[in-house]
Amino acid sequence: MWQIAIVCIIYLPLVILTGHYLFRVTMHKKTWLDPFMDKVDHVIYKVCGIKQVDMTGKQYVLSLIISNAFMVFIGYILLRIQSFLLLNPNDIENMEASLSFNTIISFMTNTNLQHYSGESGLSYLSQMLVIIFMMFTSAATGYAACMAFCRRLVAKSDTLGNFFVDFVRVITRVLMPISIVVAIILVSQGAPQTFSANQTVQTIEGKMQDIALGPVASLESIKHVGTNGGGFNGANSTTPFENPTVISNIVEMLSMMLLPGACVVAFSLMVAYRKKKTIFGKQGLTIFAAMGMLFLIGLVTVYIAERAGNPLISDLGITQELGSMEGKEMRFGVAQSALFTTVTTAFTTGSVNNMHDTLTPIGGMVPMFNMMLNVVFGGKGVGLMNMMMYVLLTIFIACLMIGRTPQFLGKKIEEKEMKLIALCILIHPAIILLFSALAVATTSGVAGITNPGAHGLSQVLYEFASASANNGSGFEGLADNSTFWNVTTGLAMFFGRYLTIILQLAIASLLAKKMWHSDSVGTLKTDTSMFTFLLVAIVLMIGALTFLPALALGPITEHLQIHS
Amino acid sequence: MNRFWDNVKQALMVSIIMFVVCGLIYPVTVTGIAQGLFKHQANGSIVEVDGKAVGSEKLGQAFTSAAFFKGRVSSINYNVYTQEDIVPDKNGVIAYGGVSSGTFNYAPSNPELTKRIEGDIQAFLQANPTIKRQDIPADLMTASGSGLDPHISVQAARIQIDRIANASGLSEKEIEKIVEANTEGRALGLFGEEKVNFLMANLAIFKQMKDNE
Repeated sequence: MWQIAIVCIIYLPLVILTGHYLFRVTMHKKTWLDPFMDKVDHVIYKVCGIKQVDMTGKQYVLSLIISNAFMVFIGYILLRIQSFLLLNPNDIENMEASLSFNTIISFMTNTNLQHYSGESGLSYLSQMLVIIFMMFTSAATGYAACMAFCRRLVAKSDTLGNFFVDFVRVITRVLMPISIVVAIILVSQGAPQTFSANQTVQTIEGKMQDIALGPVASLESIKHVGTNGGGFNGANSTTPFENPTVISNIVEMLSMMLLPGACVVAFSLMVAYRKKKTIFGKQGLTIFAAMGMLFLIGLVTVYIAERAGNPLISDLGITQELGSMEGKEMRFGVAQSALFTTVTTAFTTGSVNNMHDTLTPIGGMVPMFNMMLNVVFGGKGVGLMNMMMYVLLTIFIACLMIGRTPQFLGKKIEEKEMKLIALCILIHPAIILLFSALAVATTSGVAGITNPGAHGLSQVLYEFASASANNGSGFEGLADNSTFWNVTTGLAMFFGRYLTIILQLAIASLLAKKMWHSDSVGTLKTDTSMFTFLLVAIVLMIGALTFLPALALGPITEHLQIHS
Repeated sequence: MNRFWDNVKQALMVSIIMFVVCGLIYPVTVTGIAQGLFKHQANGSIVEVDGKAVGSEKLGQAFTSAAFFKGRVSSINYNVYTQEDIVPDKNGVIAYGGVSSGTFNYAPSNPELTKRIEGDIQAFLQANPTIKRQDIPADLMTASGSGLDPHISVQAARIQIDRIANASGLSEKEIEKIVEANTEGRALGLFGEEKVNFLMANLAIFKQMKDNE
């Protein structure tokens, strides 16, 4: 238990520090990297013809979508012709069409759901030019969207910020430097970083063992820093080469927690901007606290469930002192695995250091619920935007209850915004539940299910929750490399990402254009601990109302079965 | 409209530039630094015996001899295979399909899980007649997530000592010493679990057996 608490305590100063740095980068304030980075950025601006003019909300979204479309196009072509290209020492073949479609959407939307296995599905060149490339750009896209959103909430005009400038700056000044440092730490712990082919060794018993190598560490770092989550190897961060030691495990967890949390800090500073100097703005702190509470509830539940172990294994008469070890690695044990599971689904990274399919029913329900809520910190940038939807909804509900005009940061929330907010909140559960219904109703959907009973439904729910939340972890038993699963999850990821971003930026644009009203005595205060509790209650209530029936049929039924 | 096409052009250029910077320059730079600073780790932490590569200290291996420690259950047999495993057998099935990683993904409620574990317990008890069922720790009978876990718990190593002493001709004291030497404590005394790297322990047993001959 202590090891979990200490990781969380180390996290706090790190996230505040990074939040301040992120704020300075976003608001174009001086940082110590400027003398060097300004030159680099100017070269990039010049080559690309970026003019650094302010954009309206519409232009911003359009630039975001067009650039993502180009990247999808480049990546898809590469996957289809990878066997003819360089750096393919292990003779990997071209990727099949529906799988390539799924893979490209998956990486462009920051989801990283993988229906292929890295060792046998991708050449080293594809790992770099498709996977690593998209890990940087999809994270930068999410962050740019988030900053455009936050800026509009505190601004008085809709024309501000340039997508390309934000996009370049976040890669060169935030993602790249952190990734290089993390990659080197991971190599020091034992993650390979080489271009030479897989090695076959002769064991002392005279047999052979294949050892899969490759440029693992460079992918591993951005995978976590950018909350991407797609592994170099099939078994992701459970494999010793992706996650060799407990130290690397902690580094990977902290690096995925760093930027989503820092976004909240940066937002808090933008709100408090021009008022007075502060370490952590009050408005952001209330949101951070709400996220933190939801995170801790999940963490404690997973830990207790896994520690207790599987009663069916205890019945066999062996000792289960270590907790439920099926699908877990010995070097991590239950504590480090429970923490990783909660972090990876709360921060929607989707890497796994233990196999979620083998978690105890309640232990597996928590990651699923985290992704269904999709607001517990969330992926890079988009998590904060999702939470802001709930913040606005909470203000609206609370104000209705006390008979006030709903108002946030001096902007009135009116009919048009509320309609969009409701739509935005509904998209996510609609995608999960409708696609799950489709899957269990069709033979090609059911064909993917590999575990009998209630757990089969959990596998389906988990897959679509993961796709729609752009998380990317899986109940990996699901036989998901079929046309049905490739196409449906591809669509779920696509809509889950772009529909939401478009709607959210539209809401921000509407708010940005509004008149600013100063707070009066009658205004609902949104930066108090009272508001934090309200927010948590609304999130849990909406989540529970939407997903409880499905969860009751899946994990809860399974839990009751194995304990009966 | 002009503004629109201008944005399209910028979008294309930014994609191409980042394609080169993130996809090429970044991994090559990291490889350069890694190979310079940590050559051993960057190439897979390969261990050698008499100048020949026999494995990686980070990856476990499947062992069949009674004289060596057995690791955790692996759905991929630790990517260990023989010549017969790569040609089709009489049913046309190839036992080893190429390097991979992963686990069985059996749900806690899956009857296959308890069936597999019960089978493994029986086999283990037969090979280790001095051990009682309730002494077997669950990690030894459950599958690791990666199928490549190089570690077992200290208890899982202890209950194999009797069998190994019998089969290898080493004394129990010697094996206990080997276990102790290959036990890795918690990182900074706090993080993770106490565990034994069984590949390294087996290499030590192998060397000792050779010396004793």
